[in-house]
Amino acid sequence: MTDEETWGPRPLPDVSPETERYWAAASEGTLLLSYCSACDLYIYHPRARCPDCFEETEWAESSGDGTVYSFSVAERMEGWPEEDLPLVVAYVELDEGPRVMTNIVGCDPDEIAIDDSVSAVFRQTEEDDVAVPVFQPS
Amino acid sequence: MSEPVYIAGAFEHPTREAPEKSTMQIHAEVAAGALDDAGVSKDAVDAYFTAGVPEMEHALTPLMATDYLGLDVDYADTTDYGGSSYVSHVGHAASAIRDGKCDVALITLAGRPRSRGQATGSGTRELRTVQDSFERIYGATNVTMYGMAARRHMHEHGTTSEQLAEIRAAASHHAQYNENAMYQDPVSVEEVVDSPVVADPLHLLDCCVISDGGGALLVVSEDVRAELSRDCVEVLGHGESPKHHDAGRIDITATGAVESGKQAFAEAGLGPEHVEYASIYDSFTITVLEAIEDLGFCAKGEGGKFVEGGTLRADGDLPFNTDGGGLCSNHPGNRGGMTKVIEAVRQLRGEANPEVQTDADVALAHGTGGSIATRHGAATLLLGTEGSA
Ligand SMILES: [Zn+2]
Repeated sequence: MTDEETWGPRPLPDVSPETERYWAAASEGTLLLSYCSACDLYIYHPRARCPDCFEETEWAESSGDGTVYSFSVAERMEGWPEEDLPLVVAYVELDEGPRVMTNIVGCDPDEIAIDDSVSAVFRQTEEDDVAVPVFQPS
Repeated sequence: MSEPVYIAGAFEHPTREAPEKSTMQIHAEVAAGALDDAGVSKDAVDAYFTAGVPEMEHALTPLMATDYLGLDVDYADTTDYGGSSYVSHVGHAASAIRDGKCDVALITLAGRPRSRGQATGSGTRELRTVQDSFERIYGATNVTMYGMAARRHMHEHGTTSEQLAEIRAAASHHAQYNENAMYQDPVSVEEVVDSPVVADPLHLLDCCVISDGGGALLVVSEDVRAELSRDCVEVLGHGESPKHHDAGRIDITATGAVESGKQAFAEAGLGPEHVEYASIYDSFTITVLEAIEDLGFCAKGEGGKFVEGGTLRADGDLPFNTDGGGLCSNHPGNRGGMTKVIEAVRQLRGEANPEVQTDADVALAHGTGGSIATRHGAATLLLGTEGSA
């Protein structure tokens, strides 16, 4: 699902032919990963060829569930929207394996701990087919 | 045994803020300084090394820089691992000399982030790379990335903020004797942990300075060294390793120093127990802690205990960054690898500040460039006084 809050005025991703499906899926509430069937490997960030074996990857839906691997709470950040501070920058380890960079939202930064369960929510951008996955406590 | 290669010249620009100079002007000033230090003429330079020039992206760096500096060279290398680049360049220069490509390699660094008002650690920037769209958009800055590494290290190994603060305290103890250091006042562990939080768990005093400046090194062949009258330093070993996100399998509690250190020690035929002085890249206190473990000075996870009790001070078991390092003295152009090599050379030549001079015959200089929590270059050099090998 997309959350009510929107992504702007935070930085928009550069959408490439290789990644446009990832961002479009996010706008429909799905977190995609690249998957290599030869290696049985889920890959993040998404890319067209497996970085382990160079075979072509396919798209796979992530459950969007995972745990907090680590996080840092930025109290100040030059060039970042003031209303978005403090900002929780985190790695979430998805149930499928990869550690993905993200933000933790929807809770007090003081209440977050490593290993907490989180799940993906999606923030729509000003572009119809681009949403950004973030995570909140589940 | 491969042909000996020497560092014959080393020069650190004394400035920390240079609003009146251009970046290329500083490159020329440090180049002249290193040539003077070595007693080598400019015409003898036949190879040039630098990394990118931050203010001049897409500059075709080796062309722009050799043109500006008027260098007539047969070999150039602009490998850019961020701050660790210049540690790598010494290794690359040594290899090129041993391959017979050149005899006198000049390495320069200059940058002016302080005069340009750059928010180096805590600032965002425009997206440039493929990865930026999956990282920068979330506020992945230098300090948030190193903050994540620190928190995970604390989680897995029980490392404390006070232990990280020991690293800054030791550096500041050394900086009081360096008249060029940006911050010369010694600070206590308490002062570090009481300083404002920048990106929790890192405090302001866990972070390096932002300074203008630069430095240069001159690496020479055995034949050239034989013509020189000054003390030189022998390049005993070099290793480097880019470490990356690995499709999502990254472990942010360890760095590329695991590999670069192994390579450098193997080439030198030495181990961590032989190192009497260490320059260790200190963009943040956690950068030092992880490198100490990964280079083998202690077991993984034991870094916090290792740095307690003054281990890193000039009179401790592993004297480190006796110029005050990037934490207190200088981080020219946001690239501290150059000054790491320069202070190791000073130690081996007996030219460190007298209060922090050790009697080291074997020194290590290690760089960590880029981001410890996404991708970085690790580069390690082992250096020795002549004949120490
Ligand atoms: Zn594969």
